[in-house]
Amino acid sequence: MMEITEGSHAVAEAVRLCRPQVVSAYPITPQTHIVEALADFVANCQLDAEYITVENELSALSACVGASAAGSRTYSATTSQGLLLMTEVVFNAAGMRLPIVMSIANRAIGAPLSIWNDMQDSISMRDSGWLQFYAEDNQEATDLHFLAYKVAEDTTVQLPAFVCFDGFILSHTYEPIDMISQEQVDQYLPKYNPAEKLDAKDPISFGMYATPDYYTEFRYEMDMAQKRAKEVIAKYGKEFGTMFGRDYSALVEGYQLEDAETAIVAMGSICGTVKDAIDEMRAEGKKVGLLKIRVFRPFPSEEIALALAKVKRVAVLDKNISLGAKGGATAIEVRDAMYGSATTVKGYVLGLGGRDIRKKDIKEIVSLCEKGVGDQFYGLRQELI
Amino acid sequence: MACKTCELFDSGHRACGGCGAALAARLVTQAAGPESIFVSSTGCMEVFSTPYPETAWKVPWIHSLFENAAAVASGIEAALKKQGRKEKIVIMAGDGATFDIGMISISGAFERGHDFTYICYDNEAYMNTGIQRSGATPYDASTTTSPAGKCSFGNNRPKKDMPAILAAHGAPYVATASIAYPADLMQKVEKAINTPGPCYVQIHAPCCTGWGFEGEQTIAIAKLAIETGLWVNYEMVDGKVTKAKKVVRKPVTEYLKTQKRFRHLFKPKAQDAEIAVIQAIADRNAEKFAIDIKLPPKKE
Repeated sequence: MMEITEGSHAVAEAVRLCRPQVVSAYPITPQTHIVEALADFVANCQLDAEYITVENELSALSACVGASAAGSRTYSATTSQGLLLMTEVVFNAAGMRLPIVMSIANRAIGAPLSIWNDMQDSISMRDSGWLQFYAEDNQEATDLHFLAYKVAEDTTVQLPAFVCFDGFILSHTYEPIDMISQEQVDQYLPKYNPAEKLDAKDPISFGMYATPDYYTEFRYEMDMAQKRAKEVIAKYGKEFGTMFGRDYSALVEGYQLEDAETAIVAMGSICGTVKDAIDEMRAEGKKVGLLKIRVFRPFPSEEIALALAKVKRVAVLDKNISLGAKGGATAIEVRDAMYGSATTVKGYVLGLGGRDIRKKDIKEIVSLCEKGVGDQFYGLRQELI
Repeated sequence: MACKTCELFDSGHRACGGCGAALAARLVTQAAGPESIFVSSTGCMEVFSTPYPETAWKVPWIHSLFENAAAVASGIEAALKKQGRKEKIVIMAGDGATFDIGMISISGAFERGHDFTYICYDNEAYMNTGIQRSGATPYDASTTTSPAGKCSFGNNRPKKDMPAILAAHGAPYVATASIAYPADLMQKVEKAINTPGPCYVQIHAPCCTGWGFEGEQTIAIAKLAIETGLWVNYEMVDGKVTKAKKVVRKPVTEYLKTQKRFRHLFKPKAQDAEIAVIQAIADRNAEKFAIDIKLPPKKE
């Protein structure tokens, strides 16, 4: 059913349809509308879940760890400082192979304090073992929650998942959303029934410690699960497409890429702006395309290399910065994916702390890339430096 | 339901001979019975009982992190509620995890009123990492981060009053117990488990390695703590003390002399002023909980 709704509310509605038994979250801007909506669903018997009003984010995710280990589907949402506060549990939940799904309304990290959007928060968790999905618009933000649970809970994956969508830009924006029905969701996403859980009938120990004789293999298994997740995403993304008409089987998605000489690589809501800019540049005869990364973990290296095989140059947009390294995380990883090819890869760090990126900025970045200028911050206010 | 003949905390774990905490785990699991789920914080017990792929726990058991056992238990409780399951949830955490690093998650979980029993095995310092001071370390105990020295008598603060803090959260049942009195300990744990809401039992569990005594002395030393009034076994129901173990008190020196962590109070010379401070702590405990048994005056 098509409805005009706020991004956060659409995400909350998607979560409700996934029937989590335990929701545990702590309020933080701009995630609040999601958790308020979920609390409202519980208060009005529209969601049969325990909503735990924890005292901070570390406990929010810890409660999910307990509930998930006890065999319940669980959900949390956070952003920015909240995600950093729960860092220890983020890594722990992945190590314990608990398929928790958590929405991240992407926001910058302090200091200086900023409530506005960039992706430094979730990107900084890239080595945690969580799957990371990034939404371009609110339809995608909504749908990716169904996919995230489906993939996370698959026995060949068993890893938790972030569904990331840009704070304010998406979370507080009203867009038309095609919301699938409860019956459809139930058909797509069956009840969570893990093979192993905390159960007096079959006592097992969770979260033991591992000596050097065992530790490495645990990490190896996690890495293998990340890699297996690629195929699982393709399978369930396709199934989603067959059932509901929107195919999410591809980890990366091209736009006007077939004959492009310059490719922009980006994630999240900026992709919409990039597409508009590409349309205008195409009208002027410029062969520019976009490669949107929808899944950042597992990182689609082979898919990127294949998609960009024919382009002359690549401009990677990063709403994050790996301070002291060669640019943002996406540029670094795309460059690695393109290693050995003749294609030039330039990175542009932009849109930090909510700075707006417009079509003209995208066009300017394309010109810079054509001149071979890149691997830099874009749009710096020189008078402040 | 309790199972006094069950061995739910199995032998073969890596604890020191004479470990008070291991005995506490055995007694608590028996008092809780097989229909329970145990949650541990990071600490000595977690490490000595679960070196992968072996586990001493014959009940379902989970360890996540150092500071979050109460939050993990909150999530388990919520999940069991939704699944219509009836297992009892018992947390086993050390004093560092309880008094210090886990304080926020404990406060949150007790305030929310989850139905679980929180057991703190109190060995009065961070034993897993090498005997560092915690908020539960007693006055003048020498630890590796509060060492006695030329200008220090060791830890310069008394123990934090955790039971009172949790009673102030509205916990319906709060108790202290000692491994030296196993029947009393098990009774209290059972009572806590069968009382709805968040309950707290703090168990005095001497650590031979950390306190500096021979392993066969563990029970005797735990008893002396009670007999000197430096540890009081009591119960609080709805915030009021309802019961405390009465004793014919011995001077605190009888307890202090048994442990290397206090030897600086006696060697190279007796530190009478410091011992008087510790005696005053015991006297205050005795007064507060009215534990003194008054013997009839001796006839001339």
